[in-house]
Amino acid sequence: MMRRTLWPLPALLLCIGLPWLPWLPPFWVTLGNYIGISTIVAIGLVVLTGMGGITSFGQASFLGFGAYTTAILTVQAGLSPWLTLPLALAVSAVAALAIGAITLRLSGHYLAVGTIAWSVSLYYTFANLDLFGRNDGISAIPPLSLGGLQLIDGRLYFSVIWIGVVLAALATANLLDSRAGRAIRSLRGGARAAASFGVDTPRARTLAFVHAAMLAAFAGWLYAHMQRSVNPTPFGLNAGIEYLLMAVLGGAAHLPGALLGAGLVTIVNDVLQDLLPKIIGTQGNFETIVFGVILVLALQTWPEGIWPHIARVRPRPHLVRPDAPELPARSLPPRGEPVLSVRGLHRRFGGLVAVNDLSFTLFAGEIVGLIGPNGAGKTTTFNLLTGVDRPSAGEIEFLGRPLVGLTPPAIARLGIARSFQHVKLVPSMSVIENVVIGAHLRGHAGALRGVLRLDRAEEAQLYAEAARQLAHVGLAAFADRPATSLALGQQRVVEIARALCLDPVLLLLDEPAAGLRHTEKAELAALLRRLRGEGVTIMLVEHDMEFVMNLTDRLVVMDFGTRLAEGPPAAVRRDPAVIEAYLGSVA
Amino acid sequence: MTPVLELQNVSVAYGGIPAVTGVSLRVAAGSIVTVIGPNGAGKSTLLNAVMGVLPAQGSIRFNGRDLRDAGVEARVQAGMSLVPELRELFASMSVEDNLRLGAFRHRAEGRAAATRGLDAIFALFPRLQERRRQKAATLSGGERQMLAMGRALMARPALLMLDEPSLGLAPLIVRDIFHTITELRRTGVAILLIEQNARAALQVSDHGYVLETGRVTLQGPSSDLAADKRIVELYLGHGTQ
Amino acid sequence: MDPTITLILLQDGIVNGAIYALLALSLVLVFAVTRVVFIPQGEFVAYGALTYAALDAGQMPGSVWLLCALGAAACGASLWTQRRMLPPRALARLLAGTLGIPLAALLLTRELAPLRPGVLVQALLALLIVTPMAPYLYRVAFRPLAQASVLVLLIAAVGVHLAMGGMGLVLFGPEGSRAAGFSDGSLDLGSLTVPGQSLWIVGLTLALMLGLYGFFEFTLYGKALRATAVNRLGARLVGIGTAQSGEIAFSLAGLIGALSGILIVPLTTVYYDTGFIIGLKGFTAAIIGGMASYPGAALAALAVGVLESFSSFWASAFKEVIVFTAIIPVLLWRSLRGGVVEDEE
Repeated sequence: MMRRTLWPLPALLLCIGLPWLPWLPPFWVTLGNYIGISTIVAIGLVVLTGMGGITSFGQASFLGFGAYTTAILTVQAGLSPWLTLPLALAVSAVAALAIGAITLRLSGHYLAVGTIAWSVSLYYTFANLDLFGRNDGISAIPPLSLGGLQLIDGRLYFSVIWIGVVLAALATANLLDSRAGRAIRSLRGGARAAASFGVDTPRARTLAFVHAAMLAAFAGWLYAHMQRSVNPTPFGLNAGIEYLLMAVLGGAAHLPGALLGAGLVTIVNDVLQDLLPKIIGTQGNFETIVFGVILVLALQTWPEGIWPHIARVRPRPHLVRPDAPELPARSLPPRGEPVLSVRGLHRRFGGLVAVNDLSFTLFAGEIVGLIGPNGAGKTTTFNLLTGVDRPSAGEIEFLGRPLVGLTPPAIARLGIARSFQHVKLVPSMSVIENVVIGAHLRGHAGALRGVLRLDRAEEAQLYAEAARQLAHVGLAAFADRPATSLALGQQRVVEIARALCLDPVLLLLDEPAAGLRHTEKAELAALLRRLRGEGVTIMLVEHDMEFVMNLTDRLVVMDFGTRLAEGPPAAVRRDPAVIEAYLGSVA
Repeated sequence: MTPVLELQNVSVAYGGIPAVTGVSLRVAAGSIVTVIGPNGAGKSTLLNAVMGVLPAQGSIRFNGRDLRDAGVEARVQAGMSLVPELRELFASMSVEDNLRLGAFRHRAEGRAAATRGLDAIFALFPRLQERRRQKAATLSGGERQMLAMGRALMARPALLMLDEPSLGLAPLIVRDIFHTITELRRTGVAILLIEQNARAALQVSDHGYVLETGRVTLQGPSSDLAADKRIVELYLGHGTQ
Repeated sequence: MDPTITLILLQDGIVNGAIYALLALSLVLVFAVTRVVFIPQGEFVAYGALTYAALDAGQMPGSVWLLCALGAAACGASLWTQRRMLPPRALARLLAGTLGIPLAALLLTRELAPLRPGVLVQALLALLIVTPMAPYLYRVAFRPLAQASVLVLLIAAVGVHLAMGGMGLVLFGPEGSRAAGFSDGSLDLGSLTVPGQSLWIVGLTLALMLGLYGFFEFTLYGKALRATAVNRLGARLVGIGTAQSGEIAFSLAGLIGALSGILIVPLTTVYYDTGFIIGLKGFTAAIIGGMASYPGAALAALAVGVLESFSSFWASAFKEVIVFTAIIPVLLWRSLRGGVVEDEE
């Protein structure tokens, strides 16, 4: 906690003092200014691409929105540059909302190619509108001034830019460490799991997109008042590609990677522009050739970027305040009351019937096993119960409310939590950060509160809850480890802790014991019995019969999508139909 | 005589956890060997590792040759064929095209040779001949399994590996499929059969291995295994409350 | 609007649309087989056009040297990846494919270029020089990334586009070129005069499409390519190498790109960076067609061509804006129809 609150101070001093070092060539200051502006754009791409998994080749267009907004308003309307900053940010945010509304629902490569299309189209718009000064652009933009001091000297402007970088980094770090930021970070690798804990994933995508666009517009505003003139070229597709290159090369999933990538690309670009014509002799875009080659080689050798190779990246330990007030808990239905009833459930995929006329009821405070041979339709049933998939026919009722047609977040809100057959933890997050996602619906803070750090009290409560649930499942010692560093069996248990953070009425567990060692299985069984004692209802799919037979109160056996048998474990074991389903009939 | 397939101490890890540990197994020429075991025991993982779809440790020898560096395509070229659990058919292509592509390994022999192979497959699965112009996606579950087996046989493999051929099929069709497996014995192809349907698998095979949480816990002539009491417990647990 | 003008615009649009259709088809093909969004397609158009133009002017095209360099790089990359398993016959094939072809192209160009051997030979020679670059690029840039996600492949494709674009400037210089067409004649249809070159374009496009159709429907290799696109694992299980399929797909894309360039350079001045925008329009069409359907992409390409020619008449400055914005309603429609798609790769 200390480190993160204090780093901006020395950084600010550096911003103001560094350019005045007497032996620093002025050219380096200029280079530093360009690096700063690029860093701000690249920080946006870290959020968008590295965390949110949305590749954009069009960030330069948002730079253009920022630069042109201030250029037009200062030159033509005579506004003060300081006044145009919020307007530039607003214009860019609105543009991002509009573009995002149209394209953000597309899948990865469509979206990425879509960004190429709108970026080209915006470039030609900038270059052909009189308002934007067509290809010549707009010149004689007033400089920034501070109490009568015009910030024209590159060394003065250096401070402005790098204070901007610090602010952008700070705002972004705050955002990523908040409830809204976790939603963004869960998009890559964990979108489906996050949705089943109530995260509105389309909204998280839009937030990432708007944040990146506003940062780019901020950079554009800085750029316009540094150059004091704008034209369409720096806002075209090639510039957009260069920004993406910076983020990817530096390490798209790491904030410092933005600075590293921006620095490397800007410096290499400059050196190449200087050096290559001297070596080769003719004029040409040699630096683009070298860039292209570097980009491909970088992807082949460092798919994660350079930053993780110089710094040992590990999740920051999260200080948990155990004294934080507990989150309000929901009251569980009295034992024995029906919780979930399924009637006549069907799911057909083309000609295949995965679930066929399935009916069963779960009562509060019992553990029910859903078993059956491979391909019997168990996971499909779970997907139907949690809203991931819609039944072709049939009804599902949970505490008197129909579930069919509800989205996964809506079902999560009612109190159904699940774990997944194929573990879905966000690889870039620590164990406790993954678990906190489970408590998403129990917090309320929005992105702005996160950026301004007004969410600390609530965050402390959420983290305290996550820590409690981790202790509950016996993994408290692993809280700050990267989620994927745990054994697969332990990752399944982390999923259970995450599910418990939702404060569930009903817990659906898909193969919770797979990959666990014998003693771990015994501990898991003890935990589930304890939860049953607290009144939680549990349904689990499991292949380990030893585990199932000893733990459950009741079994529902499926085969070919239908219910083959139902009853207490001992009776089910002796059922000839069940034996035949498992061992097969004689050919 | 060298076995067609010989595994020594083969282990496969799946995302950090071992799915198959130290499995040794032999398939003699012309024999049918089955690996049975409950869900999640690592049977499919083992087969995929033999085919090169998953990386494995230990020695996998095929006709005496070490396959360490061979990719899937090279193993097909060497004479292995796998009918995977999910069939992996070319859904939007016709039944006939699926089968002809099965003979890709013998493409140098020309179209006429492939047509002869096609006739042999149609003799084995007459249903496929009726449906030869239909797209694979329109077939029923049993027909898909037949097509997957037919496609694998078009390569005229020395070793045919079947991953849960009875999965999701109705009992009558399962009977057909197992009948076909016994018929194939006469063509001399060695078969490695992975099955959940333990009874049927033990009935058609010569030798059986029981896989439990990634390890071979029992093995022996299939007729002996079929009589073993421990199998029921393995599948349905002990359930001592 | 004057009906004659309408007809002329329509004719222009169809000719442009035919080129976009070819590009769209090859983009769909490459994507389906290799999952690479082939951004450098446009560079192949420019390289084809400018190589042909250089030959037409009796000069030695600089692209020959790039071909040699890429061939050598591909050879090196393949030797490295296959170092454990490379039987002598495969080695011979590799050397012939990556070193033999560029050498042959170099020698042929040396002999033939100064003679100005005529349109047809020049076109074939240009194809020989430009087409193999595509499979070489596949070996060098994309094959090592075969396991990567579509997005990583896309970013790599952008990298290749940057490098090839910059290289185009070095090889061909900043000046634009035009070259002789396949035909100087024209066809009079009432008030409309159709230039012979336009007929060549439409005719060759149709022929090429028919050829591709035949290749995919009736040949084993064509089917193998389709099989790879339909089910990658299934294809590997019958012994179809994904690397070979990728190489064939890239070769076809290179051929189509280069041929498109050769076809348009008699009609319009081509610069080293002209190809990118042309390629992007092929893309627009491929996306509208859904990156999966060949007829869909071809139809969309015609629509893009016609839209472009009409908008260049009505609002020429905003031609590109209109064409690239046209994609947005289509994307919107697709996304509303298809629902939210998650990135879980």
